[in-house]
Amino acid sequence: MKRALALALGLLVLVGVAVGYSTFAADRNEEATVERRPLDLTARGRLVFVDTNRAGGHRTVADTGLDTPAAARVDSGLRCERFAVGAGTGVCLQTRGGPLPGTDALIVDANTNVKRRIELAGTPSRARVSASGNMVSWTVFVTGESYNKTGFSTWTGILDTRTDYTLINIEAIPLTVDGKPYHSADVNYWGVTFAADDNRFYATVGTKGHTYLVEGDYANWEAHTIRDGVECPSLSPDGTRIAFKKRSGKSTWRLHVLDLATMRETPLAEHANVDDQAAWLDDNTVMYGRDRNVYAVPADGTGAPRLLVTKGASPTLVR
Amino acid sequence: MYIAATRRADQAGGRTAVGTSRGFTRNVPANVLALGTVSLVTDISAEMVTAVLPTYLVLTLGLSPLQYGLLDGGWFGVTAMVRLLGGQIADRTRRRKLVAGTGYGLSAVCKLGLPLVGSSVAGLGLVLAADRTGKGLRTAPRDALITLSTPTPHLGRAFGVHRAMDTVGAFLGPLAAFAVLWTTHDAYDAVFVVSFCVATFGVLLLMLYVRDHREPAPPRRSASLRAAFGLLRLAPFRRTCVAAALLGLLTVGDTFVYLVLQRGFDIPLRYFPLLPLGTAGAFLLLAVPIGRLADRVGRFRVFLGGHLALLAAYLVAAAPTGGHASGTASRWAVLLLVLGLQGLFYAATDGVLMAAAGPLLPVHLRTSGLALLQTGQAGARLLSSVVFGAAWTLWGAGPALYAMGAGLAGCLLLARRLLPSAPLDPEVTG
Repeated sequence: MKRALALALGLLVLVGVAVGYSTFAADRNEEATVERRPLDLTARGRLVFVDTNRAGGHRTVADTGLDTPAAARVDSGLRCERFAVGAGTGVCLQTRGGPLPGTDALIVDANTNVKRRIELAGTPSRARVSASGNMVSWTVFVTGESYNKTGFSTWTGILDTRTDYTLINIEAIPLTVDGKPYHSADVNYWGVTFAADDNRFYATVGTKGHTYLVEGDYANWEAHTIRDGVECPSLSPDGTRIAFKKRSGKSTWRLHVLDLATMRETPLAEHANVDDQAAWLDDNTVMYGRDRNVYAVPADGTGAPRLLVTKGASPTLVR
Repeated sequence: MYIAATRRADQAGGRTAVGTSRGFTRNVPANVLALGTVSLVTDISAEMVTAVLPTYLVLTLGLSPLQYGLLDGGWFGVTAMVRLLGGQIADRTRRRKLVAGTGYGLSAVCKLGLPLVGSSVAGLGLVLAADRTGKGLRTAPRDALITLSTPTPHLGRAFGVHRAMDTVGAFLGPLAAFAVLWTTHDAYDAVFVVSFCVATFGVLLLMLYVRDHREPAPPRRSASLRAAFGLLRLAPFRRTCVAAALLGLLTVGDTFVYLVLQRGFDIPLRYFPLLPLGTAGAFLLLAVPIGRLADRVGRFRVFLGGHLALLAAYLVAAAPTGGHASGTASRWAVLLLVLGLQGLFYAATDGVLMAAAGPLLPVHLRTSGLALLQTGQAGARLLSSVVFGAAWTLWGAGPALYAMGAGLAGCLLLARRLLPSAPLDPEVTG
């Protein structure tokens, strides 16, 4: 009897704590300064990004001007973990809850209305849209079923919006490594970036401990490696250079820029660990997420990083 | 509270088989049901965290998959030490409940640690290591308590019931986590707090309803580390350890098998998370009947049979990568077959091995012995995933599975000769 009483009492306290804290967490105030309305993804000069302002809650797509890091932002209310935009086409990686969790890739129009939903597994990682808005790519990664087990696998997809043809996982693309045809079960692709012709693309392929920069050809469906030690490439608007992250420690990366004509790489003036697929603000400036903020740094290795957006991630400048 | 409960346990002993309930729990002692309930509740808590942790770490904290992987691996040595040490302390003090309770408590506190350390990678690593330390601490004393609370002829069934209850918790955990995320608009910290409350409830259940088994102290102070390793001089136990480790070396991790299946059968990616559920479902359904079967026909025989099921699973899973996958219906049938075989493997090995090994060990060293056995098996499996990963990379998934299968078949023949078939020694069943 005493035991049952103690158990009931304990249960009461614990349920109280659980419900109380959840209620508090659910009601946490959102930023009062945020204005909510659909974005115009064609408004030139606006910086579109994922707002990471909420303490534990939803991360939504927002945009802002470039004047100050804390400039007023407009929030679309569209929930995304990763977002990218090109010429009025956006891709939003949204986590899906429920008994069968995963990620959806949402294709949105210029007013952030969802046009298409592609169901994927895993956790959102990278998202990109070509400058024309025609080609869309995303990467999710899938871990083992339990955090007591190691290992992950990336799944990268490409969608051609002109035909709606969707490849959920591009890893079967015929690949040559150092000029030789290559087959391995552990091939993983991530971080696609498209060239202006909407056909050529760059990406990372990881296999046997190497992370190669690959150049892919969408129409001919082939890919070949061009350099080792390159991750998460991002092609400059003029198509001459690639910003990428390069391993600087066991689990740290530093941003570099690779000149495709000379194949010379330049470390950027950001010395902190950056684990992001960079984006180009203009032909001379690279921007990236770090510590839940967006920073910009000159692409030639000079200068110093500057804060571009407080509490943001996944930046794209609308051109 | 703790002392009061153990006094009563002393008088009651652990061996009073409570035969009032029917069916599923018939002949299962109340203490095993209590331990099963604790495991069920604890597993809800643990799986809540498991379900959301990758997303939380990567999205909210911005960890890369690699950092996540580093956080994840590399704690094996620590947990192995803790497990052996925990077994020692439990045997020396004969306070198995206290040691298990400390492990459960430590894991519970870690649930709160997760939101507190924020995005510090070092802090997260420490919390995850502590969580696993808690897991390492509690497993052997808990299994020892099950063996000490159950008459030997019913051990297989008792472990079956315990493991089935555990699995129910594993099913409920993710559902609970997503319910919390849904009602709190993705507040991950709320998931951790609720998980902490659930785990604490598990500890409370343990304190109130689990009875310790405190037999009189053995004549000499024989529960030393040397004595624990000296258990390996007991031929039947040594052979069990060797056989379990050998077979563990050729056990391919579930995740690998799921990846082989996903590729071989072109399973739509969104269904990938369902594959482990299939295995767990089969395990849940089979744990009790297979445990009963083990009691009737011999536990080691069933243990070996379980590995035959695993061998069959490898062969079937590797087949489509050899190029003879046919229609959709048959592909799904094959898929279900593989998951069912994996579930059967776990049902025939997980609890059954403990049920088989428990009676081989003297009571005063039982926790240490089980810890030793579990550590050896876990170490072998860790090594096997390294080997299999390398083989996959070298030869591709199908050939790697065939190679592991061939090795498994060979080791099964060896293990069959190794494993004790002699009837249980009444001297050591305590």
